[in-house]
Amino acid sequence: MKSKTSRGYLLNTVIVVVLFIGFQILTSLKGSEGSFKLVIVPSIWQCCYLMVLAASLNLVLGFMGQLSLGHCGFMAIGAYTAALLSLACERAGLFENKSDLSFLLVLIASVLAAGILAALLSFLIGIPALRLKGDYLAIITLGFGMIIINIINNLPFCGQDGLAQGSAAASLYKNGLGFGSKAKVQFLWFALVVTILSLTLMFMFVRSKYGRAIRAIRDDEIAASASGVNTSYYKVLTFAYSAFFAGVAGALYSCTNATLSTSSFAFTNGGILNSTFVVVMVVLGGMGSLTGSVVAATIMFFVNYQIKNGAWVEHLPASVSGVFEYPMLVYALVLIIVILFRPKGIFGSYEFSLQNLIPDIRRARERRKAAKAERKEAQAHG
Amino acid sequence: MLEVNNLNVFYGAIHALKGISLTVGDGELVSLIGANGAGKTTTLHAISGLLPIASGSILLDGKELQKIPSHKIISLGLAHVPEGRHVFARMTVEENLRMGAYIQRDQKSIQKNLDKVYEYFPRLKERWKQLAGTLSGGEQQMLATGRALMTDPTIVLMDEPSMGLSPLLVKEIFSIIETLHRNGITILLVEQNAKMALAVSDRAYVLETGTISMSGKAEELANDDRVRKAYLGA
Repeated sequence: MKSKTSRGYLLNTVIVVVLFIGFQILTSLKGSEGSFKLVIVPSIWQCCYLMVLAASLNLVLGFMGQLSLGHCGFMAIGAYTAALLSLACERAGLFENKSDLSFLLVLIASVLAAGILAALLSFLIGIPALRLKGDYLAIITLGFGMIIINIINNLPFCGQDGLAQGSAAASLYKNGLGFGSKAKVQFLWFALVVTILSLTLMFMFVRSKYGRAIRAIRDDEIAASASGVNTSYYKVLTFAYSAFFAGVAGALYSCTNATLSTSSFAFTNGGILNSTFVVVMVVLGGMGSLTGSVVAATIMFFVNYQIKNGAWVEHLPASVSGVFEYPMLVYALVLIIVILFRPKGIFGSYEFSLQNLIPDIRRARERRKAAKAERKEAQAHG
Repeated sequence: MLEVNNLNVFYGAIHALKGISLTVGDGELVSLIGANGAGKTTTLHAISGLLPIASGSILLDGKELQKIPSHKIISLGLAHVPEGRHVFARMTVEENLRMGAYIQRDQKSIQKNLDKVYEYFPRLKERWKQLAGTLSGGEQQMLATGRALMTDPTIVLMDEPSMGLSPLLVKEIFSIIETLHRNGITILLVEQNAKMALAVSDRAYVLETGTISMSGKAEELANDDRVRKAYLGA
């Protein structure tokens, strides 16, 4: 049993490293090509932060069973923390351009600071909010998501449109975290490393004693408490852990984008970054499956990208392409279809793993066969 | 072993427990019987810290339980089998049992307790890999009981173990309760099925709208006219 898990870890590590090196070779070969530089690399960046964001919400929503509707608020905190910190470092003269070694240190510090500040704020909200249950938590987090946007808007150094206007925007773009397309290729490895590390840390969390405790809370809070699980403690801890990675996702976001604007994290935002949109990703992937969240984030990014940029959209009749002007309608349809036909999401609570892939498929097929036979028998008996 | 003195509990303005006192001695099987809404479950919830109490005291081996948070009470050797088979539906049987031993670190003693629980409930061993939510009602009750035993408790609070079970399964559950009792575990049993409860218990308390109306030896209560009329249907 034990050797099997360690073999699984080894297998996963080897595959991740091989894929990573493959990517590096690809990047160095095609790094200067137009479509690779302008389309594929930015897409990978976006997928990276969406994966981390969806997986982090899954900890709270899927594994702990608490509905949080303000996840993008934590992401906004992370994005602004990272952007402002890197700008401050640049003004202080800690680095001159992005090839400096000191810039790498600033980058790492910004990502960490983004996560830590988001986690700290989630503590403040989580301690009173998580004593409440169900709908109340949803309402409080929904309110938080809106309030934090207003707070950032009213901070003197962020402004109404955030760092999008004036000299701050230009310097963020050039000198702070905002990466141009060349820098995105140059730092692609960093996005991949941060994503892999974040996902690994979340996997370790749900596999650990903590993961078992929060799944117990999801299934039955009274029984969990009677089994000696300190439910309030674990709820606040998981909320903060999840917010940490939402903050990290925010830092990646501020690297991806040339400008920062609070409206892109707002609840009313019709784009891809919206707290409900993240919920859709988690439900689509399967509540309680981190690999499901990763897959769903990629799918939703692709859908979003195709709706907005796909060449085929132009060839559609006007009535259909008219709907695409309102992407939220499409996401709502996706959510309804998922709930109707596959309420558990793509993966349910199943975790994809290469090592177990073949035996799992075999087992699933056997189960389906058994269910079919049972149904037949039931029919035969009337 | 367990001593409850003058316990008062409120749900908002509703005075649910009005000064209850009861004791459970070492190795005793004591049952608490009464009609729906009399406060039986409330009493157990108050003892295991799931509900705040307004006044009174709860002593376990001289320690005041009301000052200890609910998740720490289990480490004092008091286990609670909640009403309505609270199992972790999306975990397997074995994961459920291991959750019962959550506060323990020593893998050896966890394995020992696991073997012991499987000995009490062979049916759980057959289904160790099954999701708890797919078990039958009786099996879920066995699982909830088994989970409580995973901590090697000295006293177990059992809340309506017979609820919603077929008569055959009720018999099986009660025979398990008797076995536990014979093995020296102290049990405080809450039951609506007064007949079965009185048949296995040493002593019993009758709870009526938040106060204890009668108490005494189980056989005496079973033969008492008022109890027979009100709870035994004879």
